[in-house]
Amino acid sequence: MAQAAEAASAKRRGRAAKDPSMSRDQLLQAYRDMLLIRRFEEKAGQLYGMGLIGGFCHLYIGQEAVVVGMQACLEPGDQVITSYRDHGHMLATGMEARGVMAELTGRIGGYSKGKGGSMHMFSREKGFYGGHGIVGAQVSLGTGLAFANWYRQSKNLSLTYFGEGASNQGQVFESMNLAALMKLPVIFIIENNKYGMGTSVERASASRDLSKNGAPWGIPGEQVNGMDVVAVKEAGQRAAAHCREGLGPYLLEMRTYRYRGHSMSDPAKYRTREEVQKMREQSDPIETARKSLLEGGTTEAELKTIDDSVKAIVQEAADFAQQSPEPPESELWTDILLEAR
Amino acid sequence: MGVEILMPALSPTMTEGKLSRWLKQEGDAVKSGDVIAEIETDKATMEVEAVEEGTLTKILVPEGTEGVAVNSVIAELDGGGGGAAKPVAPGHDTNQPQQPAPPAAASPAVGGTAKQAEDHAQVAAKGAESRPEASARTEPGKAQAEPDKDWGATKPITVREALRDAMAAEMRADDKVFLLGEEVAQYQGAYKISQGLLEEFGPRRVIDTPITEHGFTGMAVGAAFTGLKPIVEFMTFNFSMQAIDQIVNSAAKTLYMSGGQLGCPIVFRGPNGAASRVAAQHSQCYASWYAHLPGLKVLAPWSAADAKGLLRAAIRDPNPVIFLENEILYGQTFEVPTADDFILEIGKAKIERAGKDVTIVAFSIEVGLALQAAEKLAKEGIEAEVVNLRSLRPLDIDTIVASVKKTNRLVTVEEGWPYAGIGAEVSMQVMEAAFDYLDAPPVRVAGLDVPMPYAANLEKLALPTIDHVVDAVKRVTYK
Repeated sequence: MAQAAEAASAKRRGRAAKDPSMSRDQLLQAYRDMLLIRRFEEKAGQLYGMGLIGGFCHLYIGQEAVVVGMQACLEPGDQVITSYRDHGHMLATGMEARGVMAELTGRIGGYSKGKGGSMHMFSREKGFYGGHGIVGAQVSLGTGLAFANWYRQSKNLSLTYFGEGASNQGQVFESMNLAALMKLPVIFIIENNKYGMGTSVERASASRDLSKNGAPWGIPGEQVNGMDVVAVKEAGQRAAAHCREGLGPYLLEMRTYRYRGHSMSDPAKYRTREEVQKMREQSDPIETARKSLLEGGTTEAELKTIDDSVKAIVQEAADFAQQSPEPPESELWTDILLEAR
Repeated sequence: MGVEILMPALSPTMTEGKLSRWLKQEGDAVKSGDVIAEIETDKATMEVEAVEEGTLTKILVPEGTEGVAVNSVIAELDGGGGGAAKPVAPGHDTNQPQQPAPPAAASPAVGGTAKQAEDHAQVAAKGAESRPEASARTEPGKAQAEPDKDWGATKPITVREALRDAMAAEMRADDKVFLLGEEVAQYQGAYKISQGLLEEFGPRRVIDTPITEHGFTGMAVGAAFTGLKPIVEFMTFNFSMQAIDQIVNSAAKTLYMSGGQLGCPIVFRGPNGAASRVAAQHSQCYASWYAHLPGLKVLAPWSAADAKGLLRAAIRDPNPVIFLENEILYGQTFEVPTADDFILEIGKAKIERAGKDVTIVAFSIEVGLALQAAEKLAKEGIEAEVVNLRSLRPLDIDTIVASVKKTNRLVTVEEGWPYAGIGAEVSMQVMEAAFDYLDAPPVRVAGLDVPMPYAANLEKLALPTIDHVVDAVKRVTYK
């Protein structure tokens, strides 16, 4: 099965290279955005190892094409919401690396003033509604973001991400029913990275094709090669068009893979080293984009410039995250309730 | 001798109803299963079916009569059988024949057979025995709620109307306010709280949901994150347990976890506490569950003025508010200011009755109980001060402490379990703030520490009574 998926993925890669749905500039931008996430996460892993980041820390390495491809389908006012594996989503929406990293280190310069941590960050300005630590909770909440668009009669949509593990949650199905019933503009995105912590999707879900999970409610679904940013964007555009036309929710199952453990404390004994290595070598989304760009005439020097600028952003973020002070003790007692106006 | 036809109870909490229409007249022959009359409660119109055969000899309660007490004789039938009173079986709700009845408002399932009727008669008789006590527990008492400041003219309305009026007023004032929940729109509310709202505001703002609390609560919380102001009706708070993760982890905590970026202006409301004869899963108080949590406000109105003034304040509040109503209070009438801008401040308790000898702190339906106990105590020369908490979080500890400093004695009354309850919290805070003023250890009156039993006699034992409060007061006053 893994071989078949890879063959299909290789086939789509070939197609993607020639695909005009992403211009060279767009692909270059996507490459840069994916690379920023990759380097950011590597640095976060490093800082975690140094004891500068505490608690849970779930890295997005390997899955970068999903958020970068989907973000390319959004318009101003659209909303994004996801689970606790959220650093990549935040960077993709344009949130600053330094603010995210400083939140990871629990400093006042972080997006939540150090009070949320890795799993809980938000930016109303960028349309990012978290960062949620309870598996599946963001799916009902994301349906609510779509509800707000419906209520306000706007053309905006909500990108609601969740893992294949969360896809078995009762409230996910409740949300799909509500969204279909009310024709809410929500794209449900299952990031199927094959493992819900240590449990493989085959051991957790009786459904063999998660893109059909919305079928009982008539929600159209697609399986997408989530390792290919072009394929992701194409599917995302179909889904977005569907939502914006007022036809209701859409479901995308992104077939993706995380290279690191579930969280920093996960030794990942449930899969072989070879399996991970094979994915990295044959399906890496950043390598795929890089090859595609080089084939299309981009020079190594151009890519090197991007690599260097990304590295500089990440280094600056890491420095900021260590220099920014811890929140003052007075922050303990703020932001619990809002003053009534 | 004829068979007496009794006014049937159509829901667990019904005590009286209107006999709106007789479908059979004196002299008509009646067969078992015939619809003989229509009865209107504050929730629904129901058909009454005969369970005996015979001729209707006498109609004792003319049609159009309001306030006919359950179990009173409404007509006589000549026919077989002895002289025992026969209740009639409630039939189907004429408004919504296909709708399943809401759990707590379900009609007692009584079949048409004589045997079942006999059984029901026995249950009804037992119910009648317990009714004086039960109604004593639930009557509003003589004291009427007085609004804190002078709002001018008042008029008597029910708690049910007060809640509906509060929502309607806020919905008229702010398009961001909407109501969603099970049966709130077309059915007009499982407890008829949202009566007329669909008609006035339309299906965009009064939204029926499927029976999926977890999903629709999360959806409402997500909508509130964008600045909309949802009112989520739980058919009863028992079902909020399906959604408690979204209330606790999403609604209450996100402001803090976002460093102040993402507020959640939302109201969760519905009936809370013991209903009547619906057993453990449908009869419990969630006050202390929700009051435990920073990030929430928790309100528990007693009177119709509380209900209206506090619900308006809750809807305007920028924070998540848990609004604990009480099913048994819905039909009770209180004076409420007619002023358009009538509203109450969250976090303020109210002295419902002044007294110098003991402070009785209560909330929701137990305020009525405390007032009745105070009347009884007054006859024995003990003047109790009754504090209606109104708000459980924030708690108006200043008002409580000021009262205790005057009376030097404290009794708390709540329907919920004593363990880690509101009474425990109030007592502890009073001891922290005014230990030296206490002349006796505070005493808690609370529901028993057991799941609510179904049997009428056991249920009665599980809940606080006037005598429990009187006894507690005597303990702290050493009388």
